[in-house]
Amino acid sequence: MDEVEATASLPAVEGAPLNASLLFISVFLIAACGLIYELVAGTLASYLLGDSVLQFSTVIGVYLSAMGLGSYLSKFINRGLAQRFVDLELAVALVGGFSAPILFMAFAHTHAFRPTLYGIVAAVGTLVGLEIPILMRILKDQVRFKDLVAQVLTLDYIGALAASLLFPLLLMPKLGLVRTSLLFGMLNAAVGLWSTFLLKSQMGDLFMVRLRCAVILVMLGLGLAGAHKFTLTMEEEVFSDEIVYAKDSPYQRIVMTRGRGSFQLFLNGNLQFSSADEYRYHEALVHPPFALNPSAKRVLVCGGGDGLAVREILKHTNVERVVLVDLDPAMTDMAANMPLMRELNGSALADPRVKVVNADAMMWIADDRSESPFDVAIVDFPDPNAYALGKLYTTRFYKLLKQRLAPGATISVQSTSPLMARQSFWCINATMEAAGFKTRPYHLAVPSFSVWGYILASQQPFEIPHQTLPDLRFLSNDAMAAMFAFPKDMDRVPTEINRLDNQVLVHLYTREWKRWS
Amino acid sequence: MKRRTLLSAAAALPFAGLACKRLHKFPFGGELLGTSMEMGHFVRDGALPQPESYEPIGVIIVGGGVAGLSTARHFEGVGFHNYLLLELESEVGGTSRSGRNGVSAYPLAAHYVPAPTKELTNLVKLLDEAGVIEGYDSAGEPIFAEQYLVRSPDERIFFHGQWWEGLYLHAGESPEEARQYSAFFKEIDYWTLWRDAKGRKAFTLPRSKGSDDPEVRALDSLSFKAWLDARGFTSERLLWLLDYAVRDDFGSRLETTSAWAGIFYFAARKQGPGEESRPMLTWPEGNGFLIHHMQKVCGDRIRTGHAVTRLEPQPDGTVRIMAWNIRENRPVGFLAQRAVFAGPVQMAGRVIPALQKARGKTFFEAFPATPWLVANLTLRSRPSEHGFPVAWDNVIRQSNGLGYVVATHQSLRDHGPTVWTYYHALAGPDPKADWLKLAAMDWRACAELVVNDLKRAHPDIESQIARLDVMRWGHAMIRPRPGLLWSSELALSREPFLGVHFAHSDLSGLALFEEAQDHGIRAAEEVLDRISLPFAPASERRSGGFPGAASLK
Repeated sequence: MDEVEATASLPAVEGAPLNASLLFISVFLIAACGLIYELVAGTLASYLLGDSVLQFSTVIGVYLSAMGLGSYLSKFINRGLAQRFVDLELAVALVGGFSAPILFMAFAHTHAFRPTLYGIVAAVGTLVGLEIPILMRILKDQVRFKDLVAQVLTLDYIGALAASLLFPLLLMPKLGLVRTSLLFGMLNAAVGLWSTFLLKSQMGDLFMVRLRCAVILVMLGLGLAGAHKFTLTMEEEVFSDEIVYAKDSPYQRIVMTRGRGSFQLFLNGNLQFSSADEYRYHEALVHPPFALNPSAKRVLVCGGGDGLAVREILKHTNVERVVLVDLDPAMTDMAANMPLMRELNGSALADPRVKVVNADAMMWIADDRSESPFDVAIVDFPDPNAYALGKLYTTRFYKLLKQRLAPGATISVQSTSPLMARQSFWCINATMEAAGFKTRPYHLAVPSFSVWGYILASQQPFEIPHQTLPDLRFLSNDAMAAMFAFPKDMDRVPTEINRLDNQVLVHLYTREWKRWS
Repeated sequence: MKRRTLLSAAAALPFAGLACKRLHKFPFGGELLGTSMEMGHFVRDGALPQPESYEPIGVIIVGGGVAGLSTARHFEGVGFHNYLLLELESEVGGTSRSGRNGVSAYPLAAHYVPAPTKELTNLVKLLDEAGVIEGYDSAGEPIFAEQYLVRSPDERIFFHGQWWEGLYLHAGESPEEARQYSAFFKEIDYWTLWRDAKGRKAFTLPRSKGSDDPEVRALDSLSFKAWLDARGFTSERLLWLLDYAVRDDFGSRLETTSAWAGIFYFAARKQGPGEESRPMLTWPEGNGFLIHHMQKVCGDRIRTGHAVTRLEPQPDGTVRIMAWNIRENRPVGFLAQRAVFAGPVQMAGRVIPALQKARGKTFFEAFPATPWLVANLTLRSRPSEHGFPVAWDNVIRQSNGLGYVVATHQSLRDHGPTVWTYYHALAGPDPKADWLKLAAMDWRACAELVVNDLKRAHPDIESQIARLDVMRWGHAMIRPRPGLLWSSELALSREPFLGVHFAHSDLSGLALFEEAQDHGIRAAEEVLDRISLPFAPASERRSGGFPGAASLK
């Protein structure tokens, strides 16, 4: 580079000569880092809140104005410029580097996502706004002013270009948001550490400064190593929408994605609900057994840890107690505490009538002695795609369940799709009949899933229900009756009975769904 | 210990030393359990003080395994209570004993019985009493409660780095291997259909109800291996499956198993050709479930911790019994009208000197038994693995062990802590040498053997183990070597010796629950016939009334 050689030949005015060309590389790097944080914040806000135009506009606006503030504030920094520059790098490294994990956590665990978002964007913007003026002042005696401005601004913009190309093409697909932000945090800290060598002559206690750099690098490095806890890049390729929350519990992998104006919950990669149409699924699951048994007071929910079935149950004012038995505390904690989930389930799990039990539902109904018989039971397990789930659809399970029901109790059972897995659906129906239930299968369309099926059952014969609560979003008296009619391609087929010692349902289910994947 | 056995024990030591050379510190503890070896030596040496008096009693049953408990339960069933059952260990059950910890109950050895058909009346009756049978179908066949039938999936095999469904790997099978597989089961079908002139099946449970036709008996004259060779079975997959089957059920190899026993394994468990084998009944505690039921029926007539040291049959048919009360450390004596010896045949020779003398040393040497190592691993959570999901019985193809059974499989607990029962039959050609080898191994050596075997399929197993308890069985299973099953020794072993009657699965040459139960009940009937003859006809007795019993109290 000609310019670099020219500047290097200038006589040093203060202290030992600085290697200006190397400092210009820092400009390039910090410019790239600064833009990455801005892109991370904008992308993350778009994923989590939707409306990407609004999110990107506000993030850019806040970021640029904060940079302006930073540039203004730079005039109040007068002494120890080199030391301040290193401190600045470390501060950007911390706030910018941890911005993505902090924002994900704020989304999952607090009500203050937006304040956190704009707070972080403003902080990073301010710090980044301070960087260039201070660096220019460090270099002002080394390089002629017109060269200085030209070089710094050129590299600043080239850095931004590099970042804006790397981010969508390489970083997002390969690393994801969390790893990208942590990695660039480390880059900022590395620039800080490197500057302690370049600006050695202008600095005091080098050991303490370098120690601080090292500590921050290690912190970010550990974050990078643990980044899989937030998202798996592999997974991001599997899910069609962006992952906003992911957790491995001892029982399953819980993933929440966000996109197209709704969010979705997956357990072990299987969709459990989409906020766009879960009301159809849960209204159809819950209200038919109540329509047969409107005075029901005691309700058992097996599975359904998302609390959405409980939300529907609590619409029935006679209900005095709901016992929800779900295997996974991580799932019920998320339903009880995550703001997004609470908003959707209406804080159903916080209702004083609701008791949450974390246990294997089959073992609980066999062993529990604390609860009196139930008037309604809602059975909402994941589909029987594994033996550990298949057991929850056996004659043994339904016989155990029968022992926990009050006389005249009614139940509904989610029973996969009678269209996609016709034999599986009718196998569940036959199994419930074999266990001594009178059944009335029904179905409806849930666009996120397919045509979905349930079994309404009681130990006594009963007629198809005709009345339901007013003011539901999907169910009406007419829609209720319509659900019980089966078109020809979903009508009953003869099947075996699912027992613990044959688990035929798991085989049927796996075979039938394979055709659609 | 005799000098010779001591020497072979010394010879076995390097083996044990080898196993623990790599001084690896396990992050878990455990216990080395075993049958009461010390008391066993007492019994053999007979150097104990004599009891001061001999308490008169109707019947003494020696041994509280399945056979002895079946005798006792039969007595209870006919209203005869004038007996005592003496058991050496602190718990009854023999090889059907079980243990329990905070996580689960688990078997210490035997862990299932094939679901019986109605012909197996004694077992059906026991299962009915124990609540395992829900009803009977129109043909009179028992309907078993779902929760006691092995939950699917029942078996899987680890091969080429992953788990596969079932024990026979059909994936990658050549056409010739497939042909041999179906040809073998055609041979079995022949024997399933076979009937003798009296209409008896060739192979049935208990075996006493099967045919003694020369065509069937001829199968006992050659090894299973020789039988397979003669029919051109060379498929490595098939031979492995068959070898696994006989190791698992008889503790022997293809070469050391009678062809009769090998075919019995497959044919006795089918009702008709082409049918699936009978389903299995199992419980978290294994056959301990049935033991607990039988034990309850017998109430306080069971004395555990009693080592029987001498049985002296008297010319008048009574039997003098000397035993050692281990808890109270004192000798006890009984004078019984009759005795039922429900222990291994070799043990009978040791505690009945007159029998040893009468039948001679070679008689007792005809009953070799396979030693077993059974380990119970309490796991904090499930280890990582690849392929087909966890089953009840989990077998590692490239291993000398028999794999492991998941105790919580039947209790439906699919997540979190569990107990695995690991089985290893020492099926070498010389069972005595194998036992000395096993007896010389300390806990660490046993734990290494178990953990290293399981690591093949679960590399991180060690970090999941909270506890590993090892049970060593000297006499786990009689070995049905060629020639034993129709031998004069086996026939003689069932014959009473003066006032002593015998009951044990040894007497069938097959260590199966059904056989032990059959002998237990037969011995009970023999005894009841002798002692009640002057008082009541047999028909009256079996209907429940037992007038003769009163006079014996």
